[in-house]
Amino acid sequence: MQRIGVFVCWCGSNIAATVDVEKVSEVLGHEPGVVFSTNYQYMCSQTGQDMVQAAIRDYALTGVVICACSPRMHETTFRRACERAGLNPYLVEIANIREQCSWIHKDKAVGTEKAIILGRAAIAKVQLNKPLQAGESPVTKRALVIGGGIAGIQTALDIADAGYPVDIVEKQPTIGGKMTQLDKTFPTLDCAACILTPKMVEAAQNENIHIYSYSEVEAVKGFVGNFHATIRKKARYVKEDVCTGCGLCTEKCPQKKVPNEFNLGLDTRRAVYIPFAQAVPKVATIDADYCMMLKSGKCGVCSKVCTAGAIDYHQKDELIEQDYGAIVVATGYNPIKLDKFDEFAYSQSPDVVSSLEFERLMNAAGPTGGVLLRPSDHTHPKTLVFVQCVGSRCDSEEKGKPYCSKICCMYTAKHAMLCREKYPDTEVYVFYIDVRTPGKNFDEFYRRAVEEYGVHYIKGMVGKVVPENGKLKVQASDLLDNRQLHIDADMVVLAAAIEPDESARPLATMLTASMDTNNFFTEAHPKLRPVESPTAGIFLSGACQGPKDIPETVAQAGAAASKAIGLLSKDHLTCNPCVAEPDELMCNGCSSCEKVCPYGAITYADKEFRGPNRTTLLRRVAQVNPAVCQGCGACTVACPSGAMDLKGFSNKQIMAEVDAICR
Amino acid sequence: MNNSEILETVGRISGVNPRKCMKCGKCSGACPAYDEMEYHPHQFVSMVESGRIEELMHSKGIYTCLSCFACVERCPRMVEPARLIEAVRAVYLRQQGMDHMKPEHIPEILDEDLPQQAVTSAFRKYRR
Repeated sequence: MQRIGVFVCWCGSNIAATVDVEKVSEVLGHEPGVVFSTNYQYMCSQTGQDMVQAAIRDYALTGVVICACSPRMHETTFRRACERAGLNPYLVEIANIREQCSWIHKDKAVGTEKAIILGRAAIAKVQLNKPLQAGESPVTKRALVIGGGIAGIQTALDIADAGYPVDIVEKQPTIGGKMTQLDKTFPTLDCAACILTPKMVEAAQNENIHIYSYSEVEAVKGFVGNFHATIRKKARYVKEDVCTGCGLCTEKCPQKKVPNEFNLGLDTRRAVYIPFAQAVPKVATIDADYCMMLKSGKCGVCSKVCTAGAIDYHQKDELIEQDYGAIVVATGYNPIKLDKFDEFAYSQSPDVVSSLEFERLMNAAGPTGGVLLRPSDHTHPKTLVFVQCVGSRCDSEEKGKPYCSKICCMYTAKHAMLCREKYPDTEVYVFYIDVRTPGKNFDEFYRRAVEEYGVHYIKGMVGKVVPENGKLKVQASDLLDNRQLHIDADMVVLAAAIEPDESARPLATMLTASMDTNNFFTEAHPKLRPVESPTAGIFLSGACQGPKDIPETVAQAGAAASKAIGLLSKDHLTCNPCVAEPDELMCNGCSSCEKVCPYGAITYADKEFRGPNRTTLLRRVAQVNPAVCQGCGACTVACPSGAMDLKGFSNKQIMAEVDAICR
Repeated sequence: MNNSEILETVGRISGVNPRKCMKCGKCSGACPAYDEMEYHPHQFVSMVESGRIEELMHSKGIYTCLSCFACVERCPRMVEPARLIEAVRAVYLRQQGMDHMKPEHIPEILDEDLPQQAVTSAFRKYRR
């Protein structure tokens, strides 16, 4: 006979405000098999846990039902509590009466009724729970960092510093990411290259770090502690270990008209190129889309001038297989495309630029050598208009993003300030909706732009920009002065919204990591577990999780590293015992389960079974490797004969829950 | 109709939710008739939000609005101020004898350069 204890949590007022907890514990106390039922303000607190443990001992409970928040929040807490009281932890069931009940209902009677039903279902299920023993799986002591921007570099450096090997996979020919394209960084105005390039070199020289540049992650299998990745090292047609980075080929290549992506197409590069002088690794790459030798077999200049003999036109993509214990995602962001913003004439005039393009126009290593010139006629602009929130905070999905891109207020203040400092003869206008400067020394920085540098901050948005006779006619509203402004500008700079890199969505699918509707990776808990993905062993670093500036990115990168180190420092991980289990007598050997298993945990074996009249039959039946199975349950649904069951979530248990709900 | 009934009617006719406005002023930045009206597109929205609907109804500016829908096109929050103005005009005109344009006005405004179509459409718009 089962002896079940029911514990109803108030969660302060989170549950108690919309669910009559007294009534729930009273009603559930009369369910068959229930010998003890109570409620308490905070069941997860020490006092609450003590209540559970005391009841297990006093009433010799054989099963426990906790009516509280989502099992994702506190299932482990209560399992541990029960284990301490001598009850197998898998004899605990959670009825989620917070996220799935009190938070979504307003009417207390409705909420209470639903809480009782959910509690009943859990009681019905726990009657059929069996004690389970968790096994162990080993941990591969190597981390994979996907993305080699400042986030990925910092995470890799920190993991390497703790003594674990790390591989950085970067799709561009060099690591460094967006930060390499920036001129100066707010709020201290140190030059981005001066603070980033030493870190890039440090990463390259660290013996625990291996950089796969110009490479992409092609496939990831496995689970926490035991990931297996396939990395595609794209052919760069230059032998990486032979090239000295002298750059002679990049000067002699006759194909001169390739848009230079490092300068956002504001100038050109050759078909063989090194993205910038401080690239790591400093190795040339041949752009197969433009190289005449690769396209038509006629040229070969780079090969002739290369004294090291590093050019290899026959190089092929290489696939690298590697095991990892932890994976850190650091895929970063991109500014959105601005071609849909016709009102700002971005596509009509070269003098309307994005902020990142402006960054290159101000940079000493940029297309104009750091002298601010209009892209159209290379004259000095005298009047500059900065437009904030272009595509940010936008309700229209096709045009922009619903979120604040977070970094634009500060970099626009920086651009405006630097502009006024270098060229005091300029008039600089910034049109803003709100100036958002929460950060250490951020507001002081913005005030300096206004008070010391005389930047005109105008509350209002630009309505339209019309190119006319070499000028940009800007029409805007000044909401505080209640008038419409007409400015003849020489340049207009648009603070484009930022979005996750386009590689993020397919990567998330590969990693089975969850994402939000904006393609940012979702954290395991928005406040308490901000650098972990809900998928065990996957960690998040930098802007792939949400818009953030450099200081925040570096802080999060360190946090992600420490989480990864915590995982790698373990020799074994406790496995989830809720794995699939075939009933060999019912299995018909159809392979349906094998085909749907995302972890490759199911194989088939020929086994002998007793047939009629003392004969022996050889039958093909499914076998589950419990160390690999993650308990997703796909096979239990696919099995046509109902032979596959998930321990802890058997078909019988699920049906018992459904029956209890429908009763 | 009292103030709250007018507000409700304007909301129903226009389908505009003024609470969606983030007060960026892009509507007023885009408006080609800005200087012709005493209240500007962003103010239409905020006046409706704060319930100052009668002031808006009795303002001349609502007839100067060209209904060019530049503000609707540019609004990043899809608030659609021009629809609001259309609705305010409609509510005003639906009152008995409150036509903004009467047939006897027409000879006065007829002009050789003005397409007759414009007069016809104005007549439809400003009269029930």
